[in-house]
Order: sequence, then structure tokens, then C-alpha cells
Amino acid sequence: MGLYVNLQKKVNGFSLGIEWEIGHEPAVLFGFSGAGKSMTLQLIAGLMKPDSGVVHLDDTLYFDSLSKTDLPPQKRLFGYVFQDLALFPHMTVWQNILYGAPLLSGNEKADRAHDLIRSFKLSGLEKRYPSEISGGQKQRVAFARALIRRPRMLLLDEPFSALDRPLRLEMRDFLKEVRETFNIPAILVTHDFDEAAAVSDQIIIYEHGRITQTGSPEQVKTAPANGYVSHLISS
Amino acid sequence: MESVLFSVRLSLQVACLSTLLIVVTGIPIAYLLARKAFRGREVLDMIFTLPLVLPPTVTGYYLIIIFGRNGLLGGFIYQWTGWTIMFTWYAAVLASYVVALPLLIKTARAAIESVDKNLINASYTLGHSEINTALKVILPLAKRGVIAGAVLAFARSMGEFGATLMLAGNLPGKTETMPIAIYSLSNSGEWNKAHGLVMLMTLISGLFLYIANRYSKRTF
Repeated sequence: MGLYVNLQKKVNGFSLGIEWEIGHEPAVLFGFSGAGKSMTLQLIAGLMKPDSGVVHLDDTLYFDSLSKTDLPPQKRLFGYVFQDLALFPHMTVWQNILYGAPLLSGNEKADRAHDLIRSFKLSGLEKRYPSEISGGQKQRVAFARALIRRPRMLLLDEPFSALDRPLRLEMRDFLKEVRETFNIPAILVTHDFDEAAAVSDQIIIYEHGRITQTGSPEQVKTAPANGYVSHLISS
Repeated sequence: MESVLFSVRLSLQVACLSTLLIVVTGIPIAYLLARKAFRGREVLDMIFTLPLVLPPTVTGYYLIIIFGRNGLLGGFIYQWTGWTIMFTWYAAVLASYVVALPLLIKTARAAIESVDKNLINASYTLGHSEINTALKVILPLAKRGVIAGAVLAFARSMGEFGATLMLAGNLPGKTETMPIAIYSLSNSGEWNKAHGLVMLMTLISGLFLYIANRYSKRTF
């Protein structure tokens, strides 16, 4: 049981054709920019429609071109953290987090938001706008917003790429904490091998819309499938 | 003096009502044009934009063909109710609506299109429907452009002349808006009254342009 993804999509001359499966352990989609990693996340989340394929997590089918199953992103219950975090600039930290739980009752929503604010060290920032908090705090708000409705999986599209190195290291630890606390599968897109090795048990390597290799960070490092993977790891 | 005051009041009344109609109908149209890909989208945009570039008399002519007593729609209404919009102050509202609508559509469409797609996608992944996302994310972020468009539309409605004259006529005390009153006063040589109305029109238009500029420049 876990996440199974088999997707084909052609868009603007780019062709994605991938198939992989992961368990509930954290996984990383790794590759150079433009390899199709972020597109895969968008297809999994339902933000783009595949030309054909299947997406299922455990016993739930989210997309299947044969049976014409296609759940809208609103019903997939995946927590998505965008590269630019996509915090709503016209909402405060508190409003941003509450916005992540549209179906909960007022009290339950507030209780969960208080818990997240406390555990993500955001206390005192509730009334601030995203433009008034630091990069690391914005990351935490984005995670809190994605987690408040208790998603079945986390999709993380290079959320740490804009941070400087010390903060990136801090956010890696934070991600591990999140994983341990919420105990849900997480897929991280990155093109930083150290980051991939630090946060994941499985690395899926993308090359021009295809999968070149999958394996643990050690396997990939000690036995790269080809020169492209070696170059990717060393760059 | 009474007729001058009437024309000021009528112009405000016409501009307020047409702007209300423009906001209510123009925002959904701008949203559709900005967010939905459908066949004929650009043709629809062109149709809504045409009154911006056509001479107002041509727009007025089309409106007569559609809403006149023997018009495509007007004839139908007249047959059923015995009422025609021609030469009523409602005709001035209709003329202002059609001429000023593209100003809101163009400005609001640009503002809606400029909202970051990731914010919209984020709202969807957080479980919000398209309508909820439009009301809570897209429109609040595009509101400066929408307000600027509404203010421009109001100013344009206040100054509408050509199409109004063709549709509502020049009936003192009934359909004589400020621009039409200025035309009548200058024709009859009542320059003092004309000067006053011209100054007032200029002040109102300038004020609304200033407000529109202030709104369109502010962003988050």
C-alpha cells in the first residue's frame, strides 16, 4: 500500500511519461529544473489533468483515465506547499491558516490553528501579514495552512529553495518533525542532493520527463544508473 | 437655474444606476474572460469593447435598432406592455451602461488576470470551490483594479452624450443630463450657465480620474 503514480502528459512540446510507486516513507523527486518534477506534483494534486494514467493512494483512486475517474483538487485532501509558498497577501497569518480548513466548524478550526501555531513557533504572529514576517516564519505558516485539515499526503514543491543555507538546514529538521508528528507520506521536489538525502528514504530521479533511477540515497550515490545521474548528484 | 439643478441630479442618478448595473454584470463578465478558456472568448471581448472605440452615435444607432419601439427587443417589449424605453431617463441609463461597461471589463479583466495562479491553485488544494476562491482570493486581490474600473465607468457615465442623445433625446426636465444641458445652453447662448456646468463636469471628471489612478496604483 502507498502511492502509485502512472502519468502521461504532453504540454507545449514537453512530454512527461512516468511510473513509480512509494510506500508511506518520505520520497524525493530529484532532477534538474524542467525535468517534470513540479508537473508531476500538479498532476497528482489535480491542478493539471493528465492525458492518461492512474493516481491512487492506498485504497483511494484519485485519477484513472480508463474509468474516467478524476477527483478535483478540492476533494483530494493533499497538503500542497508551493515553491513561492503562495500565502495569501491580504490575509493575516491566522486567517491564512484558518483558510486551510473550510469544512471544519469554527471551534474545531480555531483549536487546530492554535495547536499548529504553538507547535510551529508562530505565537505572537497571528495578526501579522505575510509581508511582515521572515522567510522561515512564512515556511511554517505555509506548512500549518497545508496541515490544518489533516491531509492524507504532503506535496512539497521546492519550498526551501528561496532560503539561505542555515535556514534550509533548520527547515529540513522542521520537515522531519512534521513527518514524525503527522505520520503521512510526503513527496519533496528538489534539485539539491544533500537535501534529498537528508529528508528521504527514496529518491526518484527525473530526466527530461522520464524516470532514470529510483532507490535509496545511498544506492543512488554509490551506483548511479548513468552519467546523467552522476552529473546530477555532483552538481 | 432649476433646469440646471435637474440636469446635475439626473446625471448623478443615471451614473449611479448605470455604474451599479456595470459592477453587477461587468465583474462576472470580466471573470469569465480572464479565467475561462472557451471558443469565442476574444470575439466576446471584442463585442464588449466595441462601444469604447465606436462613435457614440453608432452605439446609439445599434441601441435604437435593438431597443427602439420597433426594435428587435424593444418591439417585443412594446407589444407586450405598451411601454418603450425610448425618450425616458432609463434610456440614458442604458446608453451610459453600454458605453461605460467596457471600461470596467477591461480594467477588471487585467486585474483578475494579474492574480498569481499559485494563489488560486493553493486555494483549490485547500478545499475551496471555484466560487469561494473567486470571492475570497481573486476578487479581494483584484479589488483595486475593479474599483478603478468602476470609478472610470462612473465618470464615463456622467459624461455620456452621443448615445444618450439618440436614445433618450433632449427633453428638458425629463432626459436632459448635464452634457446635453451644456449642449443646449451653448446653442441658446446661455454662456454663464454653460460655463458653470462645464466647470462642474470638469471637476467631477477630474476627481474621479484622480480616485481611479490612486486605486489602480495601489497593490499588495
